[in-house]
Amino acid sequence: MTIAAPDTSMVVPAPRLRGAIAEFVRQQPLGTVSFLIIAVMMFAGTAAELVAPYDPLAIDFASILSPPSWTHLCGTDAYGRDICSRLIYGSRTALVIGFTSSFIGSSIGAVLGIASAYFGDRIDDWIQHVMDVLLAFPIIVLALVVVAAFGKMLVGGIDINLIIAVAIPIIPRVERVVRAAAFSVRVMPYVDAARAAGYSHTRIIFRHMAPNVVAPYLIMLTAFIAQAILAEASLSFLGLGVQEPTAAWGLMLSGNASDFYRQAPWMILFPGAAISLAVFGFNLFGDSLRDFLDPRFKV
Amino acid sequence: MLKYTIYRILLTIPTLLGVAVLIFFMLRIVPGDIVEVKLRGDGGAVTQETVEMERHKLGLDKPLAVQFKDWMVGLVTLDLGKSMWTERPVMEEIAIRLELSLEVAILATLIAILLAVPLGTMAALYRDTWIDYLMRIITIGGISIPSFWFGMLIMLSLLAAFNWLPPITFTPIYVDPVANLTQLIWPAAAVGYRYCAVTARMIRSSLLEVLSEDYIRTARAKGVYEKLVISRHALRNALLPAITVIALEFTFLIGGLVVTEQVFNLNGIGQLFVQSVTRNDFTLIQGMVMLIAAFYVFVNLAVDLLYAVLDPRIRYA
Repeated sequence: MTIAAPDTSMVVPAPRLRGAIAEFVRQQPLGTVSFLIIAVMMFAGTAAELVAPYDPLAIDFASILSPPSWTHLCGTDAYGRDICSRLIYGSRTALVIGFTSSFIGSSIGAVLGIASAYFGDRIDDWIQHVMDVLLAFPIIVLALVVVAAFGKMLVGGIDINLIIAVAIPIIPRVERVVRAAAFSVRVMPYVDAARAAGYSHTRIIFRHMAPNVVAPYLIMLTAFIAQAILAEASLSFLGLGVQEPTAAWGLMLSGNASDFYRQAPWMILFPGAAISLAVFGFNLFGDSLRDFLDPRFKV
Repeated sequence: MLKYTIYRILLTIPTLLGVAVLIFFMLRIVPGDIVEVKLRGDGGAVTQETVEMERHKLGLDKPLAVQFKDWMVGLVTLDLGKSMWTERPVMEEIAIRLELSLEVAILATLIAILLAVPLGTMAALYRDTWIDYLMRIITIGGISIPSFWFGMLIMLSLLAAFNWLPPITFTPIYVDPVANLTQLIWPAAAVGYRYCAVTARMIRSSLLEVLSEDYIRTARAKGVYEKLVISRHALRNALLPAITVIALEFTFLIGGLVVTEQVFNLNGIGQLFVQSVTRNDFTLIQGMVMLIAAFYVFVNLAVDLLYAVLDPRIRYA
């Protein structure tokens, strides 16, 4: 009797993850830098109460529009609020809205994309028609339309409709990419096997196809966090996103900030730099993740 | 070719129809309309009667089906109705602001192309050197820096350097070209940076793809000067995908204008759109959304047809 050698091909040993991280750091130096930016932002966002020197909402009329100094690192705004603290709390707003909208948008997009590729024919045509309609608009324009349609709905200080407004434009953009990837999974023998075994459509889509399009999904999810943060900042800047007195970067640039070009340029410099750095971090990280996970795209 | 053209033109109808249906019902899912915004703005108590009267005047009291029919009939006859806020025709509201926005858009395109072609080419030719990395940082900056903040930075720099702020009133180019350009070049630069970054990235990647083609090796092997290989053989072929990006990004410039016009206080299409959203002006939102979609669909159509002319494989597929 022969004893079969243990099949190790299915076992993913634990050190692999550490190996992958080391490999990522080695291959993608820019990606590593961008991850550090994201990490700092996440730390600031989660530990805002501990890191921020002041209460972001505390109005101090004694120190209105004071320039950056050791007491107020980034200066104060027209209400004497500490800009540095507002930036730190603002990263929480940006991350919460950026991550949830990108997650919702990318996930719905991914499911639609896989379903579209799996069912094909009529269903594919219909889904594509709807996606074509949504793709006719730039992200910010579509988000504005949703804001106009749904208004505001505050739940625990967070505007749910703002998250939906930012998530909807992401759906068709992710759907396109995931659908293309899912088409190549669709023709794999294991999908046929699953159908032959009589599994339900839902099970095949979620258990058999979805795990095989995780790479494009993750890449899109990261890249669209950047777009979502940008969209939220733009909406807040236009006065149609996060509302005062919540600390949000786009909001800090709107309204009376531009009245103080002369007296208080720091009111404009720091929040904008924060938006740019955050979006830059997620964009670059998404880029590097793509190069790393899917070398086919590398040219 | 004729068959393909007709097919492609017919294909635009379901998309436009979809936009028309979607925007109409989206705006009406959630209760709340312009009347509340309009009357709340005046302050003071408003009787239910006044509200009803205003609704009746604007046609908001009609059944949904009737409103929808009016909207569709209006679309077919190219009548977008009247703004619920100013009560002037939607077409007129848009027309008076189109010149300004279009000029900013065209200037932005020129800036973007003039910078993107050399940037993208250099990055591809000096791939993986510091030039490429620098280009990568510049272009990722372009898609990361919000255009409204970039616009604010431009204003700050102009203020610091020349103690100058752009004028508030708009001067058309045929009245005073110098005043017109000094006013509009800055918003154009603010939206053009992103545009340039996207185009440069596209040129870099498509040029890298072309450079690995057999005919480039052939050209080099037969002793063509490297400069000619790049300009005649490689760049010409690499620019085709770039043209698509340039055309599609042009239609998406409205996204940048929406925020940038706010910064420079320009009374253009972007600002009109934001105003219509703030005021819940349904007819104006609908009209603008239709125009933005139609513009996108027709530019797309033009690009596809241009491709078919240039590449016979598409025509017969």
